[in-house]
Amino acid sequence: MSPVTSQTSRAGTGDTGDTAPEILLDCADVTVVGHPSAVEIISEVSLKVRRGQILGLVGESGSGKTTLGLALLAHQKRATTISAGEITVGEHQLLGRDERTVRQLRGRAVAYIPQSPASALNPALRLRTQLQEALGSAGADGRLPEGTTIETRVREVLREVALPDDDVFLNRYPHQLSGGQQQRVAIAMAFIGYPELIVLDEPTTGLDVTTQAHVLDTIRAMTGEYGVSGVYISHDMAVVSQLSDEIAVMYRGELVEQGPARSLLRDPQHAYTRRLLAAVPRLHTDGAPDPYLDGGTVPARSRSVTDSAEHDADSMPLLRVRDLAARYGRTTVLHDINLDVHRGECVALLGESGSGKTTLSRAVVGLHRQFSGQLQLDGQPLATSSYRRDCTQRRRVQYIFQNPYEALNPRQRVSELILRPLRHLCGRVEDPERVVAASLEQVSLPARYASRFPDQLSGGERQRVSIARAIATQPDLLICDEITSALDVSVQAAIVDVLRSLQQEGLALLFVTHNIALVSNVAQRVAVLNTGEIVEHGPVAEVLAQPSHPYTRALIADAPSFEAA
Amino acid sequence: MSVRNVRSVRTNADPSPAAQSADPVETSRPIGLFRTAWGHGRTKVGLGLVATVVAIAVFGPLLSPHTPTEFVGPPNQSQVDGLLFGTDDVGRDVWSRFLNGGLTLLLLSLSAALGGVAVGALLGIVAGYRRGWLDNTIMRTNDVVLAFPQLIAALLVVSIIGPRVWLIVIVVAITHAPRVARVIREATLRVVEQDFIKAAESIGVARWRIMLREILPNITSPLLVELGLRLTYSIGLVAVLGFLGMGMEPPTPDWGMMINENRLAITIQPWAVALPVAAIAVLTIGANLVTDGLSRAAIGIDRGVQE
Repeated sequence: MSPVTSQTSRAGTGDTGDTAPEILLDCADVTVVGHPSAVEIISEVSLKVRRGQILGLVGESGSGKTTLGLALLAHQKRATTISAGEITVGEHQLLGRDERTVRQLRGRAVAYIPQSPASALNPALRLRTQLQEALGSAGADGRLPEGTTIETRVREVLREVALPDDDVFLNRYPHQLSGGQQQRVAIAMAFIGYPELIVLDEPTTGLDVTTQAHVLDTIRAMTGEYGVSGVYISHDMAVVSQLSDEIAVMYRGELVEQGPARSLLRDPQHAYTRRLLAAVPRLHTDGAPDPYLDGGTVPARSRSVTDSAEHDADSMPLLRVRDLAARYGRTTVLHDINLDVHRGECVALLGESGSGKTTLSRAVVGLHRQFSGQLQLDGQPLATSSYRRDCTQRRRVQYIFQNPYEALNPRQRVSELILRPLRHLCGRVEDPERVVAASLEQVSLPARYASRFPDQLSGGERQRVSIARAIATQPDLLICDEITSALDVSVQAAIVDVLRSLQQEGLALLFVTHNIALVSNVAQRVAVLNTGEIVEHGPVAEVLAQPSHPYTRALIADAPSFEAA
Repeated sequence: MSVRNVRSVRTNADPSPAAQSADPVETSRPIGLFRTAWGHGRTKVGLGLVATVVAIAVFGPLLSPHTPTEFVGPPNQSQVDGLLFGTDDVGRDVWSRFLNGGLTLLLLSLSAALGGVAVGALLGIVAGYRRGWLDNTIMRTNDVVLAFPQLIAALLVVSIIGPRVWLIVIVVAITHAPRVARVIREATLRVVEQDFIKAAESIGVARWRIMLREILPNITSPLLVELGLRLTYSIGLVAVLGFLGMGMEPPTPDWGMMINENRLAITIQPWAVALPVAAIAVLTIGANLVTDGLSRAAIGIDRGVQE
């Protein structure tokens, strides 16, 4: 067991002054074990949160942060038991009480905001019913202030999370709301019963940057107004740093470091915390260094990033997209797309969900067939469907998918996963073992992984195998569709390193992402996509330093970053 | 250029023998469906029951004291010297007929179930993967076949053409197919949504190869559950057809037909009905328990936290 690096606990931050607020949540030596293997999922975790403060709980997936979050509600996931420890919220002791008492305390003493609002709201219930239900036990307990009915309380809390409070809205079903609105309804549900402590389990993961900024604002305003404490669970240091007074870092079921946010960010003690911090991509860089200028393999014609005008006039680009318009049925989702990708260059395609960036990348690889306009690879036109392209064309453009958990056939070993596409595209393979080992080495995986199945790999390792599968066929253009968005920040940094080294070997990349901070770490040029149009296009450093389009400016402003914090 | 670079890496990469010899734990398949199912007590019990009945049907003919058609005593006697379970309605040895009468039932229902699941799986995968008009044609045709209750459809066809062994297998299999196809289509839809199918499409792998190599291995769990379920139904159907006289030609011994032949004298000679009924019941219950264990393992009930 690694020792907890404790820092001198400062009493609050800023305006709370000298007198420290009382401790609201006291969680002592909580241990959760899983059945039937008796593995400790979290071991002897102790936390204290003062009234009105937010504790950021950071860790990668599998570190036990959600299990701890649920334990704070005295809830045990299936096949797990809280085997030891004490949890006190205010004057209420949570563990060891009977189910009925605990249920009454939930929503009143402790409330929970889950990760996915879409699955947290019952799709069959109207918002009115849903919110009133959340108030049920609290209202019956007489906790509502004088003169407030359940109905008025529902409307009040909706106004507070900046949602409409009219009957039309209350009569809606969850699917009629956007993701951000759903999450704000979930926040309203949590706050409606005046809880003392709120557990937020990655409430903004899966939301767009702009929406995330709105939701974070709402959370900040609500906790301030109600004076409640929060435990904010996240894998993203940047988000946590903007919101929390204190930060606790979890690693493999243990608390490795805890301290006031500022001092922890400035001077992390534990090696793991330092690694987490280093992994967060910086927003303001001068764009990714051009690998050719970095002393990488110098190609025949050397060039620099900034003179993009020159290499437009230069010889044929590897991929040329002209006047592309794509549609689903009768709905046009992309229009007037013009984009060039040159050899050895990384072009980022930046946009939020619904901007059409995935449609564009799928059209390029031949998975989305409903489009018009020109698509050229080395001057040769590409057919709309991958089935009508010739073998060489299919080999030269490879695609890596967003979700590594779905992109690999779970019934094939890594070696088969790599070799099958290769055999399909290039015919018989001499010395397959060596090919597999070499591809794995290029993505920094050991050769012995060849005999594993995908479910024996972590998310990051799976994504590396996806990359290995694509580069084994020696493509010229790699299309990366949000390939890091399903991964933890620390894993994301490692994947970006792999991509950089591939680019140094002369591979061109089309990097599709919604993460503006990643763009500046990976790409040389960026195209900003908004509602099916490229609104801004240029070298990364220029676009990020002087964005000309209001949409780009909004994206940059909303991106979380702890450089500002 | 990429080509040259990758080559150079390949020649340089010299996988060390240590890295090559992966430890056995890693190479072994992750806990499979069968092994997970074995963990459920019901699977063990079910397999035990099925194995008993199968053993009777397979080895029975070798152990039978008389031939199944030989007359050994007065009819409908429950207590005859030298006979374990007495005689049937025309004076044949019940025990010998019982031991000889299971194999046909077993073979018929097994081949009907296998055939039905194979055809159903093919239809389901094609419908689920290709979608569009093909999906509509297949599934609407299925709906038409589904409109006939299995037994009525089987009776209808068998009474028109006459009781033939191959006909029973085909009719039962065909009535199974649309039921299997619905389940497999749903399972296929879930797999097709995943990106590894798109990955294969993006490099132009042939459609039939995608169905065979990418989809089929990922729907084995529902397929196995479906096979167990259809086997159970087949046993019932074939036995009922035998009971109704649409199965074997007399005097061939057959469990279903035995029940029919001896039902009138059930009060004085219960053994001739009780033995085949018990065997069919045990077989069906056993197959059901195994199926249940498999489906529990497939869905992941009681899985808990591993490792």
